[in-house]
Amino acid sequence: MSTLNLLAAISLAYVALLFSVAFFAERAAMRGRARWFRAPLVYTLSLSIYCTAWTFYGAVGSAARNGFEYLTIYLGPSLVMLGWWWILRKLVRIGRNQRITSIADLISSRYGKSNLLGIGVTILAVVGSTPYIALQLQSVTLSVEVFAPAQFVDEGGPRFTAFWVAAGLAVFTVIFGTRNLDANERHHGVVMAIAVEAVVKLTALIALGIFVVWGLSDGVSATLARIDASPLGTWSVDNGRWAGVMLLSAAAFLCLPRMFQVLVVENDNDAQLRMAAWAFPLYLMGMSLFVVPIAVTGLELLPPGSNPDLFVLTLPLSQGKEGLAMLSFLGGFSSATSMVIVAAIALSTMVSNHIVMPVWLRLRVGSASVSGDVRHVVLLSRRISIAGVLLLGYLYYSLSGGRTELAAIGLVSFTGVAQVLPALLGGIFWRGATRVGALAGLTAGFVIWLYTLYLPSFGPGTVLPDAWFITGPLNIAALRPEALFGVGFGDKLLHAVFWSLLLNTLIFVAGSLMSEASPLERLQGAHFVSAQQAGSGPRSWLQSTAESEDLMVMTQRILGAQEAQALFLREARAQGVEGDLPASTPEFLQRLERELGGSVGAATAHAMVSQIVGGAMVSVEDLMAVADETAQMMEYSARLEAQSQELTRTAGELRRANEKLTRLSVQKDAFLSQISHELRTPMSSIRAFSEILRDAQGLTRSEQNRYASIIHDEALRLTRLLDDLLDLSVLENGQVSLNVTEGRLEDVLDRAVSAALADEAGSGIRVLRRRVNEQVALLTDVERLAQVFINLIANARKYCDADDPVLRIVVTEARSDLLVDFIDNGSGVAPEAQDVIFEKFARVSDQKAGGAGLGLAISRQIVARLGGEISYLPDCDGAAFRVSLPLRQVLAAQ
Amino acid sequence: MSGAGGDLPKRRAGKPSAGATQVHVERQTVRRRRLIDATCALPLLGWILWWLPLLWNGIAEPVPSSQALIYIFGVWIALAIGAGRLVHLLNRSRPVGSGA
Repeated sequence: MSTLNLLAAISLAYVALLFSVAFFAERAAMRGRARWFRAPLVYTLSLSIYCTAWTFYGAVGSAARNGFEYLTIYLGPSLVMLGWWWILRKLVRIGRNQRITSIADLISSRYGKSNLLGIGVTILAVVGSTPYIALQLQSVTLSVEVFAPAQFVDEGGPRFTAFWVAAGLAVFTVIFGTRNLDANERHHGVVMAIAVEAVVKLTALIALGIFVVWGLSDGVSATLARIDASPLGTWSVDNGRWAGVMLLSAAAFLCLPRMFQVLVVENDNDAQLRMAAWAFPLYLMGMSLFVVPIAVTGLELLPPGSNPDLFVLTLPLSQGKEGLAMLSFLGGFSSATSMVIVAAIALSTMVSNHIVMPVWLRLRVGSASVSGDVRHVVLLSRRISIAGVLLLGYLYYSLSGGRTELAAIGLVSFTGVAQVLPALLGGIFWRGATRVGALAGLTAGFVIWLYTLYLPSFGPGTVLPDAWFITGPLNIAALRPEALFGVGFGDKLLHAVFWSLLLNTLIFVAGSLMSEASPLERLQGAHFVSAQQAGSGPRSWLQSTAESEDLMVMTQRILGAQEAQALFLREARAQGVEGDLPASTPEFLQRLERELGGSVGAATAHAMVSQIVGGAMVSVEDLMAVADETAQMMEYSARLEAQSQELTRTAGELRRANEKLTRLSVQKDAFLSQISHELRTPMSSIRAFSEILRDAQGLTRSEQNRYASIIHDEALRLTRLLDDLLDLSVLENGQVSLNVTEGRLEDVLDRAVSAALADEAGSGIRVLRRRVNEQVALLTDVERLAQVFINLIANARKYCDADDPVLRIVVTEARSDLLVDFIDNGSGVAPEAQDVIFEKFARVSDQKAGGAGLGLAISRQIVARLGGEISYLPDCDGAAFRVSLPLRQVLAAQ
Repeated sequence: MSGAGGDLPKRRAGKPSAGATQVHVERQTVRRRRLIDATCALPLLGWILWWLPLLWNGIAEPVPSSQALIYIFGVWIALAIGAGRLVHLLNRSRPVGSGA
């Protein structure tokens, strides 16, 4: 038991070392010294999880059994890495741009964030990986058995070992794999620990190889001679398997969830990939270099019948090199643990994001922002998923009872995950690939794989009835699991690979051609296929009614309070918004969704933002609605613009009205003083002369007469003034009754001219008329019309300041109006006075203050009553007034 | 080679530059394009070389394992060195500001 105790102690010490490496790497990364962990070398070494215990132990076993076929497992991935420019460069960029968290997430994202596809790939990955994890547990227990006495095995020790290895790995993975949620912060601790393990396993194999070549043999040439002399002496590899397994391993290298995790998800920059492109093939070469020498030496030195899968341990032990055996054990242990850890992380991410979270969200519809702590739920679901994945692996191990051939299980698993390849490559190179095609192809591939390889791998009669293998189900020979359509290939694996991938691809292509992609799919397809032009984001949120606060609350729960606040603050700064809540613009929602996608997967993030934003998946109807909304917004903004123009116009009018009112008020004040003066002057003379008449003695008769007539004249003047005011007030109140009679325009003008120029004959303004045009019959209030004309002519006489004043009276007929223009040759009315001359009390100037300023106001009222209009013509040489009367009155008269 | 064109630096049209620089830039572009072509061709070469053993089964005289091992591992090392060399040259010829 002492060896076993030593083994346990060394294993524990090694695990402690890994814990501390992971712990310090995490600490350093948290302090921002992550630069070193992003080194291309660390990335390259982390890819070594491809070399699991299967390859560590199984490669030698495979070489001992089948010769050189084991090489294909390494050659395929080497070709993929060498061809990095073709596929990996694109995958890695898509992974970074779209914040892809797993291969299921990639497929789901590409095909319109379809969660159904995500679930499908997840199930496929879990089913395919479980035996693989069981294989790792088995290899560890097998390697322990080598060191242990027989009674350990009898006491159920292997199961005990397997259980505690699984439990320990679960703890490690939970601690370092679910520490943070944002995929942007990658699993530095885990990656660092894996890099260390990569070095350990390479060192172990190379040390053993050196011991075999130079310790047990005499150098290279002697070893080569030994190989040629051994049962593996000549090249004898089945052509079909050489080609088929190489392609299969290349496909699996891209599609294995754990490989996708380290290749794409943990990738930080292109430089990492560029180094891995040449360095990882070298690593694989190093891992496989000494496999054949070890196998040949083992076959030669060890007793026949010993398990070739364990040559790496039994060979040094048989030579008494316990230390080397320990190192080999650690190498195998490293291979197993690193694979299990990364596979558990990758699978738990997929299970949690595509199965647990959607179910959880579905159960709490519409409450992503108000329900419990999502961050907590995500972490919990991941931890439970990790434990679940490892438990499945352990159960598979205990139930299968530990089968002998390691390589067989590995290749079964490879074939399963390779079913994702058509959808993956189609997704990144073919824009026409659709969700329906991918789903159909995957399902077909999965079912064929299950039927032809996975279920038969349990052995005939275990799951599938024995008879099926001989006569086919229901005696249909074409459906025999190992010879579909009667074609057997002579090899179960090749048969399954051929039919599953062929039908998968055919159905995928046919399904894509026959179905139509949704708009979201087409958008994502364009993003993925043209990922070389980096920077283009995923589809946008056009319908943004999201409340920033709700988004904030939700983001806090997923990313944690500090990160969320920092993110929102950054966004707010970028938007130039005051405070720390950015507006929920489409760009922001898109970025937020991508950020959340890093934690919970694209589909879940989309669903969560959808719940808050209010729209589910973007359908054609949504796009229509968005288009409608855009049109509505445009219309609305056009209306707003029109309204604002109208408001501007109204404001201008109001301003002008206000100015006019102010001027009017000033004029009114002026008029009041004027009218007081006008009233006061005749009053004064009336009072003065009446006092004279009353008080003075000895006035002559003629004097009395003169004074009395002055009083009389002044009283008349007062009366006239008051009449005018009364007249205006009556007109304005609309109480006037028109006395409509027939008349001729010429007569009216004659009367007006003579009346206006009568009182001060000779003080002359010449009046020019064309009587031909004045032969118009009128049916109107002729007296009132004459009053207007008199006023206009009198005004011209009074105010025309030309040396030789001339007044032209022009009569024209325009459309439905009769126009009578009064144009003098004076300087006209000043522009600022033009709009107030028709107001009451308006006077152009004080210098010729002849009237009370009521003439034009009265004229305007009269013309208005007659159904016409009087206006000032601003662009004539002198003052020009136009009286327009509706012609129908005229016609009525004719 | 559909991916090859996407990364090439686009010549800035309309910007006056000395003829010598122009020629230099173009030569660099052509050189880079050739490097990318070589990078794309390398895995195809590896694929062909590693599938050559398929022919060995038809040969009357069996191929000794030592020769097979030397051939396969020789190709492996040569491909890795070739890829490393190409990556190195690509890194050096990376146009400024392309971010590739």
